Amino acid sequence: MHIPDGYLSPQTYVPLFGAFIAVTAVAVKKIRKEVSVKNIPYLGMAAAFSFIIMMFNLPIPGGTTGHAVGSALVAIILGPWTAVVAVSVALIIQALIFGDGGITAIGANCFNMAIFMPFVAYYLFKIFCRHNKKKSGVFWSSFVAGYFSLFAAAVLTAIEFGIQPMIAHTSDGKALYCPYDLKIAIPAMAIEHLVIFCFAEGLITALIVMYFYKHEKSLIYALDKGGKNE
Amino acid sequence: MNKLQKKILVFLMILTLLTPVGILLPIFFDAGDAWGEWSAETIKNMIGYVPQGLAKYTDNYKAPLSDYSTNSSDPSVIHQSGYYILSGVIGVIIILVVMFIFSKIIIKKNE
Repeated sequence: MHIPDGYLSPQTYVPLFGAFIAVTAVAVKKIRKEVSVKNIPYLGMAAAFSFIIMMFNLPIPGGTTGHAVGSALVAIILGPWTAVVAVSVALIIQALIFGDGGITAIGANCFNMAIFMPFVAYYLFKIFCRHNKKKSGVFWSSFVAGYFSLFAAAVLTAIEFGIQPMIAHTSDGKALYCPYDLKIAIPAMAIEHLVIFCFAEGLITALIVMYFYKHEKSLIYALDKGGKNE
Repeated sequence: MNKLQKKILVFLMILTLLTPVGILLPIFFDAGDAWGEWSAETIKNMIGYVPQGLAKYTDNYKAPLSDYSTNSSDPSVIHQSGYYILSGVIGVIIILVVMFIFSKIIIKKNE
């Protein structure tokens, strides 16, 4: 899901860069207000977790590869605003040091995986967990949050890919950037994620949230916080 | 650092050592690039041409550890697994330092 350089037109990556900067500025303010000094170590660990989990490429046999992102877990444990910064740092390091995701696409990739995805996960968790805060409720809410937030991020990424042939082509109709349109990009990205990668995100989210639920329940942001942060 | 934080660090170290799974599984199941992450050359094989804009942007930036490897032309899977773990370690260290500096500057709340 790391969009490389050359796949998005400037008309797409510039606005997404702007959105990324704006949301990150808000996130920094929220973190200043919400996070206390004693929790500083968790921020780095969250970013490192996201970085490492993205290295576990999973195969579609005979086809493409993909991976979990870890955004859902970070959003549930530390809150969506912390997830914005933690996952963004992981994505920016991936682009700058490892060439995973383009430099021009940093805004888009952060928007998809570090902004859109953790917020989808956080609210899915809150909605599903509302009536059942017991073990089973927390487990399944975490799974659903992980599974569908990665799916949503994949579809958003596919839309960004898929609109390129429409907005940028030569006079003879050849694509300038991503050559595949929405009709190809959305099913391709949606199906591979629904079949394999979303299960990975759902499972790691649910298993690790359950670990915290058992051992350090008070740390779980999404269970602890009430209306004021919504 | 408390007990839970130590446990998380150990967990992250174990995950880092296991990362070669992320290159071995795709090889075993004959899976290639992620969708939309093809090189210009691969795109040319797929659609017959390299889109002009893509050609212009694609090699503008050379990452120092491109593809999570210090030597991506090395054909040995075992060597690549080693480079991959090394990349994981380097990435984690950089991220922990960046996040620590960021947190120290931003977070002042004591409670």
